[in-house]
Amino acid sequence: MSRGFGKGVNPMKWPQSKSLLACSFLVLAMLFCDVHAAGALPNSKVMAIPAFARKYGLPCSACHTAWPELNNFGQVFRDNGYQLMNDRDSPIWQNPSYFPITFRITPNWHRESTDHQQVQTQNVSGTFTGTVTQAGFDLSGMDLWSGGTLYKNISFILLPSSDATATWHFESAFVRFDNLKGSPWFNVKFGKFELDNLISEKRFLFLSANGGLYQIYHFTPPGVAATGAGDLNDFGIGDNQIGIELMGHSKNSYTRYSIAVVSSNEGGVNLTNSSTVGGTPSNRTYDVNLAFSQAFNAKGFSAGGLGLQRVGAFAYVGQRPTYFQTDTSGNPLVGLGNKSFYRVGVAGDFSIGSLELLPLFMHGHDNAYLGSGLASNSGPLPSTTRAPSFNGGFIEAHYYFNPQNVALFRFEKINMGQQADTTNPGDFGNVTAYSFGYRWYPIMLSRAGLAIDAEYSRTKSIGIVPESGDGTGNPPLFPTDGVWSSSIFLGFDFDF
Amino acid sequence: MIPNKFAVRFALGSMALLTLGPTVVTAQATHVNSVNPNLGAPSVESEQSHIDGVTGHAYNGKKLYRRFCIGCHGPDGNGEGENAQWIDPKPRDFTEATFKCRSTPTGTLPTDEDLYNAITRGFVTTNMPQWRPLSPQQRADLVAFVKTWSPRWAKEKPGTPLTIPSETPITIDSILRGRAMFQKLECWKCHGPEGHGDGPSAATLTDDKSNPIRPYNFSTGTRFMCGETNQDLYRIFMTGLDGSPMPSFADVVKPDEAWDLVHFLRTLQPLKTQEASLWQSYVSAHGKDIKPIGPDSAAGAQ
Repeated sequence: MSRGFGKGVNPMKWPQSKSLLACSFLVLAMLFCDVHAAGALPNSKVMAIPAFARKYGLPCSACHTAWPELNNFGQVFRDNGYQLMNDRDSPIWQNPSYFPITFRITPNWHRESTDHQQVQTQNVSGTFTGTVTQAGFDLSGMDLWSGGTLYKNISFILLPSSDATATWHFESAFVRFDNLKGSPWFNVKFGKFELDNLISEKRFLFLSANGGLYQIYHFTPPGVAATGAGDLNDFGIGDNQIGIELMGHSKNSYTRYSIAVVSSNEGGVNLTNSSTVGGTPSNRTYDVNLAFSQAFNAKGFSAGGLGLQRVGAFAYVGQRPTYFQTDTSGNPLVGLGNKSFYRVGVAGDFSIGSLELLPLFMHGHDNAYLGSGLASNSGPLPSTTRAPSFNGGFIEAHYYFNPQNVALFRFEKINMGQQADTTNPGDFGNVTAYSFGYRWYPIMLSRAGLAIDAEYSRTKSIGIVPESGDGTGNPPLFPTDGVWSSSIFLGFDFDF
Repeated sequence: MIPNKFAVRFALGSMALLTLGPTVVTAQATHVNSVNPNLGAPSVESEQSHIDGVTGHAYNGKKLYRRFCIGCHGPDGNGEGENAQWIDPKPRDFTEATFKCRSTPTGTLPTDEDLYNAITRGFVTTNMPQWRPLSPQQRADLVAFVKTWSPRWAKEKPGTPLTIPSETPITIDSILRGRAMFQKLECWKCHGPEGHGDGPSAATLTDDKSNPIRPYNFSTGTRFMCGETNQDLYRIFMTGLDGSPMPSFADVVKPDEAWDLVHFLRTLQPLKTQEASLWQSYVSAHGKDIKPIGPDSAAGAQ
């Protein structure tokens, strides 16, 4: 007697009738929405590498709770330098025709809307506060992944990434020396890489302009409302950085730590603060990121569920310039007048049966010169200037009906603790955001993946334009105005 | 703000999404479980596993099997997953309930702990990884589910686990006696005179599915298929690796002789072990007197 999934039936594939039904409801959801004009999407940020699945013959779901998010098995694989540690990791074991290349792109339809915008209309005089709404079919950026092992215990990642107009940059590029001295506690990575965030923004499941980022991972204090001067700090803990990382883990990666020393230039190249042409010169300092996490088994919680519970803490301490040494024409040559900032926080990854909860809390603090946009050699600070700080976080929930169907939700909140200027409204810069989504993976095989992604996201920010990347964005007329920005997204997320 | 008309449309769209989505999901879940309606009652003893105080349930293991194992072992548990055609050696066929790594006598079913250890340890030089990152509960659930693929588990009890006596002292005499056993039992025919896995029979070996299979090459120094300790090595040739040409020697080798063989086999590995140290010293002093292992050798007389 067959005891499982049925003779001749591959449960990794849905029957056609059910696929059609699922597609129908997605199309139905699309038809209920207005279509106006196209907007822009942020670059594809997330990571899922079927090149690894092809190499090892494992389905996507072996390493991902739902790709691209890693489960603990995938985490161990990554921590081991993309090795399963079964003495088949070295390239010598691969079929010569195997090449570790993966691409990923997401054709989509999306709608973006932002209110409280200062707008004008051609042939109509006057400036108004209005809502800007765009919608249409679109493309995401594209990732072209290569990753694997150069030799046993020497691994690499190379990720050229483009935006939707095919402007390319290197999102990641590093070599990693794994298991130094035969110990998983010592691994060294060199190049451009994601900081060791317990909750990875590079591997999360949202794609829309408003939902496709953690606000807190890119938040900087809003500056001075009266003058419009912004914070000089461009740091986002969700952004890849360039440097060196020492990382270690227990054999099962229940315990993990990392120490990274990175250039103080936000992952920019050519010693500037940008991954593409046109960045301003960076300074000559280094930032430090520390991360630690511990997973544990909570009896009764892992039965029938996703597995482990994990908690962790992180701290990032860095510097940014407040003015520049220039040439005789005033072009900046190198950043000077460094002032410090830090981000500290705690995060978790908890599973209760098929429900996964991802909470994060972060506290941020910038030096007063950074926060008020003032050069540190410009004299004493105005009496109203202070060092800005903020507190924020989010809770994200995933419900896995099965490895191929996951419902998503996230709520995010950032409150300013101390404004950069005493004349700012107390809630200037505060952010509230939430997202709903559903991802269905009709193809989740070891050779390719296709996900149908439906999302709705809204972000509200007080006095500033939301960090939504939707192409619109002017601050409102008054710093006490709340700007709502919303995204609806329906896309076909595929990689091969 | 979003216009009211849009809000209504979006609300309707969302309702469609939220109501139809779970319906589709439920339909799929029903499909998967309808084949085995009993699998879903965690209290059924035959669909449980028991490992160190952890009780695994096949119902939960089924979800995990689908997530982690199905690509190789297949939807029918017969080792014919979508990737099986690319994999060498081939994935295990659970419907036969034949397992290489056991603590039980050849021909018998393994214990739950044997299966648990196999999942945890993985199989070196194969595509089966270590599943140590899964929680003990998850691994126990998988064991319970793997046992549902064959009716043997409902009809038979696992064999009585082998009792491994205390290891005898590691001496050069023990190593030499083990070397003689290696010759006498003709281990070299498959594993080669130097343990390189290149014996005269090596190229002809097949498993019980007629797939070519290679004997273990001791010179690689890797872990063994079923463990890495001396106890594991002892167990391997006393229980045999069912489904492979490696037989059980339990009926022809006494415990002391088995330990002698363990001590000799360790000298074939490029590892810094006590056995290797003793053997190298012996070779330095008596190298010219050592007769090679092979068809015409009398290795027992050195």
